[in-house]
Amino acid sequence: MNSVLKIENLCVAVDDKPILKGVNLEVRQGEIHALMGPNGSGKSTLAYALMGHPKYELIEGSITIDGVEISELEPDARARMGLFLAFQYPVTIPGVKVADFLRHAVSNVRNPERKEGEGLIPMKDFRKELRSRMDELGMDHEFARRYLNEGFSGGEKKRMEILQLAMLRPKFAILDETDSGLDSDAVRFVSEAVSRLAGPDMAIIIITHHERLLEFNKPQLTHVMLAGRIVEQGDASLAHELHDKGYVGVRERHPAEAAEEAEPATAVVA
Amino acid sequence: MTTTTDLSLPAGFGSATFRAFTDSRREPEWLAERRQLAFAQYLQKLDLPLSQEEWKRVDLRTFKPNQFALRGKTVRTAAQVTTLMHERANFAGAVTHLDGSCSTVKLDESLANRGVLFGNLAELLVTHREVLEPHFARAVRPETDRFSAWHAAYCTGGTVLYVPRNVEIDQPLYSLIGLSEPNAADFSHTLVILEDGASATLLEETSSVNPDAAGLHVGAVELIVGKGAQLRYVQLQNWNQHTWHFAHQTGLVAADASLQWTVGGIGARVAHIHQDVKLQGRGANAEVNGAIFATDRQLLSYFTQQTHQAENTHSDLLYKDVLRDQARVVWRGMIRVDRVAQKTDGYQRNDSLLLSPDCRADAIPGLEIEADDVRCTHGATAGRVDDEQIFYCMCRGLSRYEAMHMIVEGFFHGVYDRIAIDAVRDTLSEAVKNKLGIGL
Repeated sequence: MNSVLKIENLCVAVDDKPILKGVNLEVRQGEIHALMGPNGSGKSTLAYALMGHPKYELIEGSITIDGVEISELEPDARARMGLFLAFQYPVTIPGVKVADFLRHAVSNVRNPERKEGEGLIPMKDFRKELRSRMDELGMDHEFARRYLNEGFSGGEKKRMEILQLAMLRPKFAILDETDSGLDSDAVRFVSEAVSRLAGPDMAIIIITHHERLLEFNKPQLTHVMLAGRIVEQGDASLAHELHDKGYVGVRERHPAEAAEEAEPATAVVA
Repeated sequence: MTTTTDLSLPAGFGSATFRAFTDSRREPEWLAERRQLAFAQYLQKLDLPLSQEEWKRVDLRTFKPNQFALRGKTVRTAAQVTTLMHERANFAGAVTHLDGSCSTVKLDESLANRGVLFGNLAELLVTHREVLEPHFARAVRPETDRFSAWHAAYCTGGTVLYVPRNVEIDQPLYSLIGLSEPNAADFSHTLVILEDGASATLLEETSSVNPDAAGLHVGAVELIVGKGAQLRYVQLQNWNQHTWHFAHQTGLVAADASLQWTVGGIGARVAHIHQDVKLQGRGANAEVNGAIFATDRQLLSYFTQQTHQAENTHSDLLYKDVLRDQARVVWRGMIRVDRVAQKTDGYQRNDSLLLSPDCRADAIPGLEIEADDVRCTHGATAGRVDDEQIFYCMCRGLSRYEAMHMIVEGFFHGVYDRIAIDAVRDTLSEAVKNKLGIGL
């Protein structure tokens, strides 16, 4: 049975300032969704709120996976339920080797009841799996021994996010501008990698301003956010149109939301 | 164990106690005379202020020496002392002490046959005077200050390792210093002598049997590394948090010799360690590592000196400390370069990771250079655990505790990476993990 992530009337504030003002979204395992909208419209906030970042305060609404409310759960519990966020700006964790970090992560996500100190997945199996995922992503095995994101280039950081996605195989993956700050070769690489990972067991919510990622991962649904709400939904052609023409049309069609925009953001063109 | 005390002594460390203490030990004249001299120095120094530079950040107002007493012979065996290290490796020998008395000594016969001495200092100083006397109290001089004199007057014994010329010991040796009875004092002295071309590894650990018993350690460590010799020495200070720990620790490194010295600071209520490394011969090399984790109201203070006394000497110090709650860590580091020590390469660095808003780390590096052709550098950093790091880890399924653990472990990795001994890395890692569990 396909799992369903359901977001209903989600209202979220940061430092008492409302950012999300009633978001509704339903995502099924296996689907690809594009989440678009001008800067400041709430896309990243939605991603962080879904993962449970402590700064993002839920004012109203609900987030459920297969009917189970998750909005009160800690981020690690959400991860263990199959939620994943590929960060736009992944942090550095000095001294923590990629392999050690991932082995803990994989052990917890595959065995959600695991407590710290309980057995990790066997080293041999883990290594083998990690190596084959790295091979598929064209990554040097040396990556596994490096400290997490320490001294990584922008492209390497994004690859590391995709490697984690590949290892954790979540039910719902949110890619927060995974294609930003990359040259066109790197964008192509990430796009292809994601399309290989996509499948009936994984839903992908792609937050992007670019076309490339969506070219390789054609969304069934495109959602457009403006001032903290999803104001339009369409298919892949909507994403294409926004990419070509920007958000002027969206603002014209939704003057009330456009008026609420914190700062008049300009349309982002790749 | 002919020289262990089997009487209980009066509390405190004044003249009456000293007489009872020396009477109980029945030592040869030469040792008794040394004690007498040290005791006179101690009494003299009690009236003199301590060095401001070294002690101004260490609050001794609540320290009451008379609360503590040297114990008579204890009946506990070392097996009852919790150790983190002992089971982690196959040791070529082990010596354990409890409340100032030596309880067990073991040494592989093959090493004994090659002339290696390993055991209770109090005993071997008598039986092997000709070998040990020239080195005993050579690196840590009793007249240095109040604590060194106090230690020399009341020294209860300790672990001694003597490795003859060109004897190489591959397997590590183990030493345990334990405290068990409430208000017990330990005045143990670790003496390691490597003759020219010898090599050895000694892992030492301090531990409290009773987590709530107050304790006192006034110790000394002397590491004497002969020409071309190689010593790896680790001391993990893991007392309970009711123990006062004072120590003078000095390494003398001869020409082309190398000393790798690792200090683990986990326990103690207040600890002050005066750690000296003296590079005395051309080409001498010292690497000093510190992994310190202070929590609650602990104050752990380190006064380190890297003294270059010969040409082409190299020293590299890295202390990493993690602090939580209201803990405080002080590191005062000095590189001294004598006029003759041209081509010195000296480095010192201290990194602090602060886990709570109320902890405090002081790092005060310093250089005193008299030679004109040297390279000496130092650095210090302090940072906090970033909430975004914790969030990131949790987004990957790690619990908050696991995330914190991973970040702290990662921070210490810079030190672990320098220590090629698995048992030491595992022990430090375990100690850190145990400590992270408290109060979370």
